[in-house]
Amino acid sequence: MLFALLAAPTLIDTLLLKFFSEQTVNYVIWPFIQIGLVTVITTGWVAYATYLERKISAFMQARLGPMRVGPWGLLQPIADGIKLLTKEDFIPENADRWIFFVAPYIAVVAAFVVMAVVPFGPDWAVITDVNIGVLFVLAVSSVGVLALILAGWSSNSKYALMGALRSSAQMVSYEVSMGMAIIGALMFARTLSLSGVVEAQASDSIWFFFYQPVGFVIFVISGIAENNRAPFDLPEAESELVAGFHTEYSGFRWSLFFMAEYAAMVVVTAVATTLYLGGWYFPFVYKLEVAGYHNLYVAVSVIVFLTKCGLLLYLYFWLRWTLPRFRYDQLMDLGWKWMLPAALINIVVTAIGVVVIQGLHNPTGMRTIKSLAGGLGLTLTGKAIAIAFGFGNLFITAGVLSLINWRSRDFNLKKQRHKIRLVDLPKGKPAVAPIAAASE
Amino acid sequence: MHQVEIATTRESLLDAPEMTLNMGPQHPSTHGVLRVILKLDGETVMDLDCDIGYLHRGMEKIAENRMYTMIAPYWDRLDYIAAVSNGLVWVETVEQMMGLDVPPRAHYLRTILTELNRIASHLLWLGTHALDIGAITILLWAFREREEILKIFERQFGARLTCHAWRVGGMPNDAYDEFESDVRQFINNFPKRIDEYETVLSENRIWLSRTVGIGVISGEDAIALGLSGPALRGSGVAWDIRKSRPYAAYGEMDFEIPLGENGDTYDRYLVRMEELRQSRRIIQQAIDNLPDGPVNAKVPKLIKPPVGDYYHSIEGPKGEIGCYLVSDGTQQPWRVRVRPPCFINLQSLRKLCIGHLVADVVAIIGTLDIVLGEIDR
Repeated sequence: MLFALLAAPTLIDTLLLKFFSEQTVNYVIWPFIQIGLVTVITTGWVAYATYLERKISAFMQARLGPMRVGPWGLLQPIADGIKLLTKEDFIPENADRWIFFVAPYIAVVAAFVVMAVVPFGPDWAVITDVNIGVLFVLAVSSVGVLALILAGWSSNSKYALMGALRSSAQMVSYEVSMGMAIIGALMFARTLSLSGVVEAQASDSIWFFFYQPVGFVIFVISGIAENNRAPFDLPEAESELVAGFHTEYSGFRWSLFFMAEYAAMVVVTAVATTLYLGGWYFPFVYKLEVAGYHNLYVAVSVIVFLTKCGLLLYLYFWLRWTLPRFRYDQLMDLGWKWMLPAALINIVVTAIGVVVIQGLHNPTGMRTIKSLAGGLGLTLTGKAIAIAFGFGNLFITAGVLSLINWRSRDFNLKKQRHKIRLVDLPKGKPAVAPIAAASE
Repeated sequence: MHQVEIATTRESLLDAPEMTLNMGPQHPSTHGVLRVILKLDGETVMDLDCDIGYLHRGMEKIAENRMYTMIAPYWDRLDYIAAVSNGLVWVETVEQMMGLDVPPRAHYLRTILTELNRIASHLLWLGTHALDIGAITILLWAFREREEILKIFERQFGARLTCHAWRVGGMPNDAYDEFESDVRQFINNFPKRIDEYETVLSENRIWLSRTVGIGVISGEDAIALGLSGPALRGSGVAWDIRKSRPYAAYGEMDFEIPLGENGDTYDRYLVRMEELRQSRRIIQQAIDNLPDGPVNAKVPKLIKPPVGDYYHSIEGPKGEIGCYLVSDGTQQPWRVRVRPPCFINLQSLRKLCIGHLVADVVAIIGTLDIVLGEIDR
């Protein structure tokens, strides 16, 4: 049964070739099937991410979460979707109607389009392998900020406007360190194609996380900030700005923003997985390919990829339900005084590491480089040096960041904190005995 | 001073008008129907004004047309988070005016139940304050423990929120059979829970940076503004009516008053967390020494305090809640005046907020622990 299902692509292929030319099938029909599949899978993933978040938060908070719709509330996302779709589509009177209309669609499109270059697995599990995939991801995901600004501006509400201003400043700031963090990984991958990055890790049997622990941390933190998720959810900080940029939205349009937020989360986790956690690569899975089960190999790889994304997504939920929210200026401090210097240090140290590895390479003596065909293929010695540089960078970064920030107020708050005193006041006269009423 | 400089330079350079932002009355974190009118320069608060009265029900005027026993339920609706404490100040005022001799068992039960109410009120404060600053999980953890207290209230008084807990001269009925074991069970589990809250918040970097140095008020200013309760003690002023003018059975209890050093939001947070522990200590002593006997004094059929006026106050969870009562010798008071802690504490909001950011306004409203039912009366 499973094998029949997995043989399906080949069957469909032969079936389609009976009706269309080979070119039409390869360049028009298959991409459309892939796009449809990825959209459906992403939407489902997004819908059930909300369910997962509600369940996980419930367990952290001594609750049960959704339990009514279906077994364990499994149909809750569908019920939510129906509710949101059937709600009144309300537009405030003084809103800029067209911009107000368009903004949610920009948000959703910007979030979903990135999925086009994300390699879910090898071979047919990637829609298109753009050779500048990483740049594409950065460029398109930053279009999302436009939707937020438009939504906040067109709502004609002060809360929405403040939310939009905050979000634009926040996303622009964190985009910088996010882009910088990626460079380190790209030095090892030697390509901008996302599939190429995964293949570089697969052919070398290592995750770039081990070469780039600092880069990974910066990327994940910046990604959370970029997605406007807690503890960086200032644009929609409900305790201050009610709902931030989407205060005035309701029903379907609101749900589009909601979907865009979760889709953007899925995108960032997918990119983080691709760049640092080996993407669809998992040890020993390739043996399926060797044994001849190509489609099964691809399917298992997709599952591996989604599992890795899911684990990162859990980190998102975990942080959101544990940490308080940053203040706006503190968020900017973190972005420009911590993340950006750390990313720059990461680039320098990684570059030195790569140069050292190349310099130590000696075809006759110590061999550090296996091949330069895909990524930077390293021998065991080379890997050891790269990992040493990666984790040594943790200390270098910590040191330099402390030097930069040691004078700032937030740096040593723990030392500034003060114990409260406990005093035992002398007791006054007990008022237990009745007191006569005041004289007339 | 710092803020004034910003204002002048901005105005002269850019001629940029300030933005006026209405926070409330429908806003998730003004703790009810408070309306705060903010004047903002960017996100910095330049000026601020509070608009209250959206929940005004004319409690003090209503009281003039009700008999003494009928007024007590209205007091539950002042600070509805701490109905038990509020009810106590009313019945004690009437009792003391009439010279009733309340039996010790009633005093001890009153002490236990008001302290439980203090814990419940502080837990609600903790949850909402943390929620305002963005830590959502604490809210539900705090409600878990508050639920235990409300269960005790429900069994004892028949209501969870507006308990109508007391009668003039004592209690409506004695403690229910499992009261002691229920209370003991709660206070035995509670210290672990406080440690849990503190694990998540007290050392948290984000929590520290959001609360340390925010909303600082010196002890002198706090006294000048008439602050009371944890808001005053956070500034290092040792004033607690449970100590200075003991009521109920507090004179026989052994407990300490936590005092802050800097008068910022973090200190007020620590003071309240310590008060949770001290409250637990008081309950422990009271339940250990709970005397037997009746719970009601001999009360005349008609409650008619002698002609005169009287002021009595107790240490409510939010501060000094007092009652000034003028009697003309009839069955209805001639005038009742509430000394509301939240109303007076709220007056410091402007002083605390100016120069801070919008996010801090929310944190400061949270740290003042206001309840609009009592502010608007």
